[in-house]
Formats: sequence, structure tokens, C-alpha cells
Amino acid sequence: MSLAVELGQSLFYVLVFPGFAFLFGYALVAEYADRKLYARLQNRVGPPAVQPFADFLKLLSKESIVPEDAEGTIFEAAPIVALAGVLTPILYVPIWSVEAVFAFQGDLIVVLFLLTIPSFALIFGGWHSRNAFGQVGTVRTLTQLFGYEIPFFLACLAPAVAAGTWSVSGIASFVGTRPLYIPVFAIGFAVALLSLQAKLERIPFDVPEAETELVTGPLVEYSGRKLALFRLTKDVELVVGAALLSALFLGGPYPAGAIADVGSTAGAVIGFGVFLVKTLAIVFVLTVLRAVLARLRIEQLVSVFYLWLVPLALIQLAVVGVVGTTEVIP
Amino acid sequence: MAEETTIPIGPQHPSLKEPANFELTVEGEQITGAELSISYNHRGIEQAVRSKSYLENIYLLERICGICSHSHTTAFVRGVEQLLGLSVPDRARYVRTLVAELERLHSHLLWLGVAGHEIGFDTLWQYAWRDREAVMDSLEELTGNRVHYSINTIGGVREDIDTETIDAIRDRMAELSDRIDFYLETVPAERTVQLRCEDVGVVSKQRAQELCAVGPTARASGVQGDVRKDEPYAAYDEVDFEVITAEDGDLLARLQVRIEELAESVAIIEQVLADLPEGELKASQKPPQALLAGIESGDVLSRYEAPRGELTHFIRSDGSDTPERVHVRVPTLANWPTVVEALKGSYIADTPIVVAGIDPCISCTSRIGVAVAEDEATLADATDSGVVGVDESGTDDDPGGYTLDDLREYGIEWYEGGDTR
Repeated sequence: MSLAVELGQSLFYVLVFPGFAFLFGYALVAEYADRKLYARLQNRVGPPAVQPFADFLKLLSKESIVPEDAEGTIFEAAPIVALAGVLTPILYVPIWSVEAVFAFQGDLIVVLFLLTIPSFALIFGGWHSRNAFGQVGTVRTLTQLFGYEIPFFLACLAPAVAAGTWSVSGIASFVGTRPLYIPVFAIGFAVALLSLQAKLERIPFDVPEAETELVTGPLVEYSGRKLALFRLTKDVELVVGAALLSALFLGGPYPAGAIADVGSTAGAVIGFGVFLVKTLAIVFVLTVLRAVLARLRIEQLVSVFYLWLVPLALIQLAVVGVVGTTEVIP
Repeated sequence: MAEETTIPIGPQHPSLKEPANFELTVEGEQITGAELSISYNHRGIEQAVRSKSYLENIYLLERICGICSHSHTTAFVRGVEQLLGLSVPDRARYVRTLVAELERLHSHLLWLGVAGHEIGFDTLWQYAWRDREAVMDSLEELTGNRVHYSINTIGGVREDIDTETIDAIRDRMAELSDRIDFYLETVPAERTVQLRCEDVGVVSKQRAQELCAVGPTARASGVQGDVRKDEPYAAYDEVDFEVITAEDGDLLARLQVRIEELAESVAIIEQVLADLPEGELKASQKPPQALLAGIESGDVLSRYEAPRGELTHFIRSDGSDTPERVHVRVPTLANWPTVVEALKGSYIADTPIVVAGIDPCISCTSRIGVAVAEDEATLADATDSGVVGVDESGTDDDPGGYTLDDLREYGIEWYEGGDTR
């Protein structure tokens, strides 16, 4: 393969599929699915399918204000950094085949790191907006970050330990070829789902935004284009988070490999279909959580994560250890 | 964040549908001090009342509140009826009771939804408001209006109720009754609701009494107090119902009390519909203007149990065709001190639900009069004797409050002081 072709292919991966263009579209689809289901659960009609896109366009066309007191550069850079942070990890998560576009030993850590970037961007942007609501919200984002990141990392550690690899693709193919492991990871999966919900700052963990208390917290001074980017970031983060959990705990594109040869076109299509089903299923679970619970307070949230989810994640690791050493699952 | 920060909540804030202002002093997430300012929305209704006839005033006073509109008219017409010595026919009393309880249902369901929204439980909000539609439809069928029912008149009610409407309301009440059972079973049992409401915004029984709390807010703290029982009006002496109280005084207790009151209201409505007596709708066939022409001078205090608590209308007649004075004390005003009490020591995150916990109706409250005296001497007398509303910031030298001259000066300063407000 010549350099030009290779470069072209890489650019295609980054910009079109599974990179920016695909993620942009799929994130809006996921937002639509989320909003529609949420509305139906509340006996409302819900938005039409193009609503998320229309909202995005509307925000793009609006004036994007930088408050006088704000630290201009940081305030303006934050949404771009956040979006870049969530767009990148999809390259390391398998979508249509066992192998992600790029994969290496340790890409799991890169993915987990990249997924924390939007939170930090929000913290910097919100703090430097110099708004009282923004600053209180920022402190909450930071507090919440310490709450959910540790159980999230611990939960993601379980399949990595079981598979004996730090590569997302490696874990996906390990779990996918041994579906009996999926129930073993049940606790970890639940912990990871709740942590993801907190990462996305959705009910019951939308403490930093808390519309009725903090008027969307760190986002309060954001408007127009920059707000559009932050909202898109949340949608992309939802999709990427769901894709990561699907790869780690549900075996990614499997059982596509069992039906058609993974390398073939048919295998890729089926694998992609499985990816859509699994990620949307995760989005649905997160939506139902959002619909049936009330918002917690920040100190309740932290105690939920430290007193319940961290020990549960540790138990999950112990379970994985026991299953691994006794070799009950071939 | 260890240093103290002041967070303004309002006058414009997403969790407040109407203007009020709380200056919260916070240390991290904990509220250490709270100050309340109200009356951002002065409407001059009490002044307007003095220049309108009694009959026109029914419609003016109805517009104090878009939620408990029937409460204000009933309180007012009862007072005027007392001045005129009219006795209201049974059927009219029953219809008043029916509308009053439907109003309580819609008000409490509205509150349930708002409370859900304040704690981030939007599904409860949507559910409660959908069920509220059944009540709104009933009110519309019964009176022709969803908000300002305009059913009261001096000496009776303006609309009769037919069997078709009775059946329709019965059907809706049966359905609503199931929904209320569902709320009673699920909402207080939901773990996240408990986390947000249990031991939050606690007002002890003693404090509730000292602060003169009223309505569900007081009853949730264990204070037995309900004008419907204590001084029955309309048909409340003839229907069977319980005064719901709870002991804890926290938000969960208020939630519980209000949901149980919903069930009581449905029970009252069923009794009213079953026992509705036949007969006249008005005390007299004479037009109300003719009745009012013979009004004597005198004072009357009319009490009414509005959805939010005790509502009082003080009416002074000088024998002319317009009232000399009508003073309205809305339940929200009585309950504000409990909010300030409950806010101290709670978390910022609890502010919206603690404020919403009394079901505040802010623009209804923004009508309180300023203590006005002819000169400094009468002002000092009045404030000393506690006859008029005393500005608590007043000292011995400066008793607080305003004389008419003070107000005049203040007005001139406000408009001409070079301020571009």
C-alpha cells in the first residue's frame, strides 16, 4: 500500500467513518432515541426525528457570547477540546469487526483518558466563565468526577484482567468468543452503566447541571456555536461510552463472527448491525434510568459511588479472579 | 471552596416561576444564611378594590391568583353575605364545595408536578400534570372556564350543574382515585425521592406554630388546623372528611399530606355529588345590585381553607357601594417564614424543593400593603402597638414603616433621581 492510499484511508477513518461524520450522525440519532423514549415514558409525544439536528443548526446560527469577565481563550477553547476528546476514542473501539481501526496494547487506558477530557473541558470552561452558577456547578462537576471515575475505571478493569490484555479490541474478541463471561461481568457492567450516566451528567446524576438549582451550571454562560459543540459533545460521549461498554462487557460486534466471516463484507455489515443494536440498547437503559429516578444531591451521589459502586467494582474484580483461577469457563 | 459565597436566587430564576429573591450565604454546598425579599410584583389590587363596586370586586379578586381563584371569590362573597345577612341556599353551598375541592385537586396535582421537577424527577411532573387535565376538564364543563371559574356571586352561584356533568365528573374521579392510590404507593416509596425529601426542610411542630404556618405546610408538621373543620363554611359541616396530618415536618411529610389530601378531596367530591340537594342557586331573586344597595357599615373577617392554607379576607364596609377596605392575607405569606427557617442549614441543592415545599404563590403575596400613617406620631403609635405591619428593621428612634410624606418623597426620588431604572 502506497503512502498516499494509507494516508487517505486514515483520513477517511478519522473524518468520515467511524470518525467525525459517522459519529456526528449517530450521536444525533442516539439523542433522538433518548429524547423520544424519555418522552414516551412520560406520556408525551416527543420530538420528531430531525429535532436534534434542527436544534444543532439553530444553535450554530445564534450569537455566541463571551462574557466580559470570562477568560476568553480558555472559555472559547473548552468546547472544541471537549469535542475532540470524545471524537478520538471511537478509533480504538471495535465497531464492525473485532479489530478497531487503530489498536495497540494499552489503548483502553487511552480511551478512558480521552473520555475524561470533556469533563475537564467543562470544568475549565465553566470556571473561567466567572459566573457564580457556573463556578458552583464546576465544583460539583469536579466532585462528581472523583466520585464516578474510580468505579468506572475499576469496572472497566474487570474484563481487561479476565482477557489479560489492555486493548479494547482484544477484550472484545475475548468476551465475544466466550459469551459465558457476559453474566460474570454483570456487576461490573451495572457499575459501569451508572458511572457512565454520571459521566454524562444525566438524571439522577445531573447534579452539576441541575437546571432548577444552577441553571445548567458550568454551561450557563455558553451560547450559540459553543453551546452547540458542548451539546454535541454530550451526544457523542453517550455513543462512544455505549460503544466502549458494549465492547468491554458485551463482546462488541459478536456474535457477528459466528454467522459470517468477520473479515468479509457480510460479516462487517452484520457486525455493524450488532454494534447498533447493542449501543442503542445501552442508550435505552440509560434513558429509562433518567426517567424513573429523581436527582441526587452531590454528597449523596459521592456516597453512592464510594459506599456502593467502588466496593461492588472490587467484588467484580474478585469474581473475575476466582473465575480466572478456577477456569470454570473454558 | 471554604470561603463564604453569596448566591442570589431570583428575582429571576428558572426554578421560580414568579419573582422572589433569596440571598443565600453558602459555605461550599451548605447554606448558612438566607434572606428573603418579596413584593417584586406589586399589583395594586387592594387599592383598586376600593374604587370598584362589590360585584365588580368579585371578578377583580378572582384574579389575585390563577390557581386558587375560587378561594378568593368564596372568601370575599362569604364576607359580603355576612355583612348583608344573606343565607346561601343549600344547592349553592354544595356547588361551591364541589368547585373548591376540584380546585384543591388541581392545585395539589400541579404542586406534585412542580415538586417532581424541582428534584429532577420530570416523569412525575409529566404524570401529575396529565392527571390534572381530568380535573381541569371537569371544571371547564362545570363552569365554562379552566382557570377563573367565575361561579360565585353574592348570595349564591351563577351556574347550575346537570346530571350529565355529574356523571362525567364521577367517572373522572373514579379514574383519578386510582391514580392517587398509585402516587401514594409509589412516590413516597421511591428511593431517590426519599433521599431528596426525607429530613429536608424540616419545620418542627413548635416552630410551625410559632411562625404561624398554615395549610398542608403546618399539617405536615403535626399542627391540626383546617378552616374547613374549625369554622366550616359552604357544605363542609355536612360532608365527612379527615384532616390529614403528619408528624415529621419534612418535605416527605408534605408530599404525603398533599397526596392524601387529594384522596380526601375526591371523597368529598363524591359525597357532594351524591347528596347534592335540589333547590335555588341564589339567596334572593333580586339582582345583586339591589341587595348591595342596602349594605350596612361594618367589619367582617372571612376565613377560607385554600389549597395552600388559610386565606383571610378582611372587609370593611362604610355603607357605600364600594368597600372601604379589603385586605387579603394569602397563605403563602404566612408560610414564608418557615422557608427561611428551613433553608438555613440545608444544601443549595435543596433550595428549589424547600421553596416549592410550601407551594408558594408569589404574585398573590406581592400585594401586602405598606404601613401608612398620617404622620410620624401615629406611625410610631401604630408600630409600637403592633396594629399595623411592623417593619422588623425598625428601631426605637426610627420605628420603620412609612408616612405618606415619606412615600411621596421616595416616589419622587425613584422617578427623578437620575436613575435610569
